[in-house]
Amino acid sequence: MSVMTNIKRKLFSEQATPYVLLLPAVIMILIVVLFPLIFSLYTSFTGYKLTRPDTLFKLVGFRNYVRIFGDWDFWVAFFRTVGFLAVVINLEFLLGLGIALLINKITWGQRTMRTIMMFPMMFSPILVGFQFKFIFNDNVGILNNALQGLGITEAAIPWLVDGWLAMGAIAFAEIWMSTSIFAILLLAGLFAMPKDPLEAAQVDGCNAWQTFRHITLPFLMPFAYIAMTIRSLDVARAYDVVDTMTGGGPAGRTELLWTLIARTGYDSANMGMANAMAYVSIILSIAFTYYFFSKLVAARRYMGGAL
Amino acid sequence: MSTQTKAIISWIVTFIVMLIITMPGLWVILSGFRPLQEILAKPAIWIPQRLTLDNFYAIFGIGETQIAIPVLAYFRNSIIIATTSTAIAIIVGISGGYAFARYRFKFKDTLFLGLMLSRTVPGIALSLPVFIVWARLGWIDTQFGLILVYVALNVPFTIWLIDGFFRQIPKELAEAAEVDGCTRWQAFWKIEFPLAKSGIASAGIFAFLTSWNEFALASNLTRSTNSKTLPVGLTDFIAQFTTDWAGMCAMAFIIIVPALILTFLVQKHLIAGLTFGGVKG
Repeated sequence: MSVMTNIKRKLFSEQATPYVLLLPAVIMILIVVLFPLIFSLYTSFTGYKLTRPDTLFKLVGFRNYVRIFGDWDFWVAFFRTVGFLAVVINLEFLLGLGIALLINKITWGQRTMRTIMMFPMMFSPILVGFQFKFIFNDNVGILNNALQGLGITEAAIPWLVDGWLAMGAIAFAEIWMSTSIFAILLLAGLFAMPKDPLEAAQVDGCNAWQTFRHITLPFLMPFAYIAMTIRSLDVARAYDVVDTMTGGGPAGRTELLWTLIARTGYDSANMGMANAMAYVSIILSIAFTYYFFSKLVAARRYMGGAL
Repeated sequence: MSTQTKAIISWIVTFIVMLIITMPGLWVILSGFRPLQEILAKPAIWIPQRLTLDNFYAIFGIGETQIAIPVLAYFRNSIIIATTSTAIAIIVGISGGYAFARYRFKFKDTLFLGLMLSRTVPGIALSLPVFIVWARLGWIDTQFGLILVYVALNVPFTIWLIDGFFRQIPKELAEAAEVDGCTRWQAFWKIEFPLAKSGIASAGIFAFLTSWNEFALASNLTRSTNSKTLPVGLTDFIAQFTTDWAGMCAMAFIIIVPALILTFLVQKHLIAGLTFGGVKG
């Protein structure tokens, strides 16, 4: 009895409250994320094949890792993914910054513009993929139709069939989908910006570029890093886009890490190997997020509590 | 350059930018209302000649031309899975967000970081072990299986947003209520919760959209009309050699409309939530 009341008192005490409040969240994450990830780590050390359940208990040591690290296709997909993300995120930032500055200049209709900018954010990545598969289609797509109709090109351009063009089309889809996040957050930053330093800079004789470079941009950086952090949380959404647009083809020339994982795990039923690759992709994602998050913290500190 | 020319140029550039942002999506939505012959016409028919609901009748199995894709069942699954997982994620999120906003405790930063990191795991990477475990538990192709995954997917972000909204409410309000004789729970329920309500609603809509739009996990954890959602169903239209463009466009319209309405409703709170949650964190 006294033990029960003791537990009860502990459970409802002020110190325990936050833990009790967080318990449901922690349990959910344990069941759906942490436990499966531990299991998947184990699986990556086995030769598990979906078609042969008994192989789940066949430990093979580091063989899967040795094999993927020695695999040319894996490295191509890996560096293509990293390169793709670097290009896409930087372009999104630059374009988002441009759009935010543009809308900030406009005196009326700002609110409408901001609403219009949210339009791509509502699209499911799978829809974005489908939409651009439709638009870039060499036969029925409107892009080729328009180019041929206007007499710019004679023959149909095989947008999704040529490796480089397909990669460009995928990057375009990805940028279309996510630039808004940057534009909206940078615009919020511009709205929140105090006017005094700008006026002071003008008085001191700074030109437009100097003012932008030394006052506006440092102020906007925390907002840019929030956008990048949010963005890095779901970089893997590109899987949906690539999967619908090209499926990693032609001949693996748009294969990203994530489509390679899906192919290895589900199509080839080679779960052990796929899990080893999945771990590489998880570490890549965490590295991206960690990088941007630490930049955000540093930028915030640099602003010295001005926000 | 005079200020007037500058203004005109910036208007033209803005117009082009807005066109690029809206046209691809609008083109697909519009195509849902056009007959297939017109969509595939060469040279392209830019201004729709005839608008029709035939594509929608076809995918819902009404009328003469029928398509053997159970869109209605997918729609029902999507609604059930997205709303249930959102409701649970919100309750869990309020509880967790409140803890982060109002209490100091050991391992607070570690816990927060851990929750956020769980969100960075790519869907496709997570799907592998979840697929194996769910298969053993018999949860593959069930609504329950997918709901559980979506709750966990949404919890970190809802906690982040709701934490931000609670932080904007001065602590003193609840403390004053407690001095006046309210319990902590009453102070929360009667003072803090109503103030954070609109913020919580936008966190909920964010969670709903995530579940509504998710593909990587759903495509591997569902098999049939029992649990297939709309995004997974969309790929049904791609047969090996042919793609039913008209049907797909109609279905795209069905997927986008709820998302469109919900996002417009909360856009203001969404922006405020993202900005404050991040900058003041």
